[in-house]
Amino acid sequence: MVEPTAQSDEELLDRFQQAAFGYFLEQFNPDNGLIADTSRAGSPASIAVVGFALSCYPVGVERGWISRADAARRTLVALRFFSNSRQSEQADGTGYKGFYYHFLDMKTGKRVWQSELSLIDTTLLLAGVLAASEYFSEDTPSENEIRQCADAIYRRIDWQWACDGEATVRQGWKPESGFLHYGWEGYSEAAILYVLGLASPSHPLPDDSFAAWTATYQWENIYDYEFLYAGPLFIHHFSHAWIDFAGIRDRFMREKDSDYFENSQRAIYVQRDYARRNPYGFEGYGNECWGITAGDGPGFRTLRTDGRHRCFLGYAARGVPYGPDDGTIAPCASLASLPFAPELALSALRQFCARYPEMTRDSRLPSGFNPTLSGEGPNGWVSEGYFGLDQGILVLMIENYRSGLIWKLMRRCPYIGDGLRRAGFTGGWLR
Amino acid sequence: MQHDETLSTSAPDNRFNRALMENVHPPAWRNPDPADMYNLVIIGAGPAGLVAARSAAALGAKVALIERGLIGGDCLNSGCVPSKAIIRTSRLYAEMRTADDFGAQTPEGIRVDFPCVMERMRRVRSRISRADTAQRLSENGVAVFFGEARFVGPRAIMVEGDTLRFKKALIATGSRPTTPRIPGLAETGYLTNESVFDLTALPRRLLVIGGGPLGCELAQSFRRLGSQVIIAQDEPMFLPGEERDAAQILSDALARDGVEIHLNTTAVAVRREGANTVVDLVSEDNMISVSVDEIVTGIGRAPNVENIDMEVAGVQYDTDSGILVNDYLQTTNRRIYAAGDVCLTHKFTHTADASARIVVQNALFLGRQRFSALTIPWCTYTHPEIAHVGLYIREAREKGIPVKTFTVLMHDVDRAITDGEDEGFVKIHVRDGTDRILGATIVAKHAGEMINGLSLAITSGIGLRALAQVIHAYPTQAEAIKMAADAYCRTRLTPARKSLARLWLAR
Repeated sequence: MVEPTAQSDEELLDRFQQAAFGYFLEQFNPDNGLIADTSRAGSPASIAVVGFALSCYPVGVERGWISRADAARRTLVALRFFSNSRQSEQADGTGYKGFYYHFLDMKTGKRVWQSELSLIDTTLLLAGVLAASEYFSEDTPSENEIRQCADAIYRRIDWQWACDGEATVRQGWKPESGFLHYGWEGYSEAAILYVLGLASPSHPLPDDSFAAWTATYQWENIYDYEFLYAGPLFIHHFSHAWIDFAGIRDRFMREKDSDYFENSQRAIYVQRDYARRNPYGFEGYGNECWGITAGDGPGFRTLRTDGRHRCFLGYAARGVPYGPDDGTIAPCASLASLPFAPELALSALRQFCARYPEMTRDSRLPSGFNPTLSGEGPNGWVSEGYFGLDQGILVLMIENYRSGLIWKLMRRCPYIGDGLRRAGFTGGWLR
Repeated sequence: MQHDETLSTSAPDNRFNRALMENVHPPAWRNPDPADMYNLVIIGAGPAGLVAARSAAALGAKVALIERGLIGGDCLNSGCVPSKAIIRTSRLYAEMRTADDFGAQTPEGIRVDFPCVMERMRRVRSRISRADTAQRLSENGVAVFFGEARFVGPRAIMVEGDTLRFKKALIATGSRPTTPRIPGLAETGYLTNESVFDLTALPRRLLVIGGGPLGCELAQSFRRLGSQVIIAQDEPMFLPGEERDAAQILSDALARDGVEIHLNTTAVAVRREGANTVVDLVSEDNMISVSVDEIVTGIGRAPNVENIDMEVAGVQYDTDSGILVNDYLQTTNRRIYAAGDVCLTHKFTHTADASARIVVQNALFLGRQRFSALTIPWCTYTHPEIAHVGLYIREAREKGIPVKTFTVLMHDVDRAITDGEDEGFVKIHVRDGTDRILGATIVAKHAGEMINGLSLAITSGIGLRALAQVIHAYPTQAEAIKMAADAYCRTRLTPARKSLARLWLAR
């Protein structure tokens, strides 16, 4: 393997992007197209990870990593599964009202872990479905069927039901207890959910739902950066994997004379500045080592290290600058910042390679690592295996940086444009 | 509100409590002979009633003050004062356990002497009670009556057989804890945020039902005193209505202290199993049962509107929201006013105080002061403390006001760093494009002290530009407020202004 320092940016990115793409080939069930949530033994499928996989296949084709026919085959088997699997109120279905349960059994495709019917994860799946529908546009039996299945899946989703009589969508629903009672206020990864919900050709969200959601926004000046605050870094990435928000503005962003792309850029600067301040004295944090987000962690424990009592967390929504923060860095979140702040993301990647060679040896980045827990390995604690969401966002964001492929595909998708306009976006490529 | 003429029956009989009783409800007290007519008769000698009585009497009014329980109300006897005394001791224990974080030796074998903690609380309470004793009020011209008050007409109140006639009256009967309707809870027994201060032994396992300010304060302080504490909150976050970042920091702090947190969780049944109290907690589709020694609940407050025959005086009320008042705090009987918890949404001592001052002006001196014009701060006294004043962001946006928040993290404040108290933030919300302060939230070890500067700014119409001109002593934690004002000033340095400055300097 060539030393990262000797590689060009393009070579380095290609290496990490291809390694991330490999996850979807390895964790694929050829019978139903499902993809495992993580590479850990016994992991169920995550519908959001399938959404990422469906979006990544076109990248693989364009990069020459798989053939178009193979990509279409993988896509079609998944779309057939989601079209034909059981939708019902029963606890062991695959979905209900057109939405799907968050986690499904890899083999049977039935709900596992008593997981919720997830609005946002269904949205990420749907984003992949629509990306596939745009990419596989040829007049062949399999590509025609991909588009038919995609349309049927979208039309079946009952977004109005998901509001449960409120102005905004609920976060989820369970057959045992009904709609979830979580607070889901403030800026989040849900922008694409509202865009696709508003554009639904069959059960669209009400016009005022986007305004009701954005009413909970917080525009803050933190470390002299003004931005629409959200703590975990992934929030500033996920909708952006499919929608190019540069130059298009909704009412809120017109008022603030900014856009969501620039906003993600500022959020990344805040992350970098937080790491540079390193208020809690965590090992490794600095100008070139940042990236705090929702992800795996060392597990709940309290320890005394470096003259401080510290509390470590398991899988948690870590955030900047209010925390929680236990010294766990998510390298995928840093690298996925590439389209917004390429110089920062690339220098972080090179830093990871140079300082934490054990972690980056296979060119595939783990969900998290924590150098403060130095006793757990040469690079401190490192998350076991790999998470599909991390690998998916990496493939898409690196590709958007390199070629803009996914953004261009989704600009062609009429639903994206319609949903953005209904949400009040104007300008830029929407003209 | 205390209904008995003494502290509750479970309160220990010791010198501090006896001294307290001498001050707040002397056993040998004899009600005075009533005057023919009073300028102001006040029902309830809690914070609102006391403030009104003192200030009206000082201005020369003939005032009668009626109390059925203890002078000082909840705040002194079973609320703010005892809870803050216990919080102080619990903070000390928490600091002892983490002394090595401060470069000090952590004492070995730290043992909590709970009776000692409660003894100090009673000593503190007894001392503070000296400020407003029945005797002293009487010496200051307030006719103090102990007993149950009842309206006997639109301008008369009966107490212990005496009829007190008034030109104006003030109802300040306060509120009491409400308990959730959980099957088995009443039979099994529970503590409220009032009776918890009568405990003589530390519960080994404690369940706190409710994650509002009182629930969070009690959960954290009892955990720090050594109880195993579980807190069940039926909302997705603590302190509903507070800013979510503040609630998140509090949640993290409670978890760090070792409080077992159950959000989105409802207690659905309580039963006795041997020596244990077993509570079923339901979260979505999961149910768990926990065994505890004590339950603390009583997280809501209900206004004390019963048994004073307000109907006779034509005063309308609701058993949930309390006495109906207009913005001048007049009831539906224009001669009768209300103040404090019995009529207000924000049930705080300082709000009761402020409302009572309005009543004295409006009732006795033809004042037209409006309650809605007040700027009311509040604070939850956890560690870190969470304080707020003015509008929240969502309230501003609901009113169509464009809002921008200037945030300073306490980890950027030198004094917070030197004190090892660098968790939290100061957020100041301004109308976007201006320096007008709409509201502020502070999360910091001393947030309750710091918020006062911002209350002053809002009340006086001082904007961030002016605040930036105020020299703050260095190093202090309140300097965070000036740092936020400085951040605002930096946003005024537009590229055009910078270019002009460069041109000037290069001349």
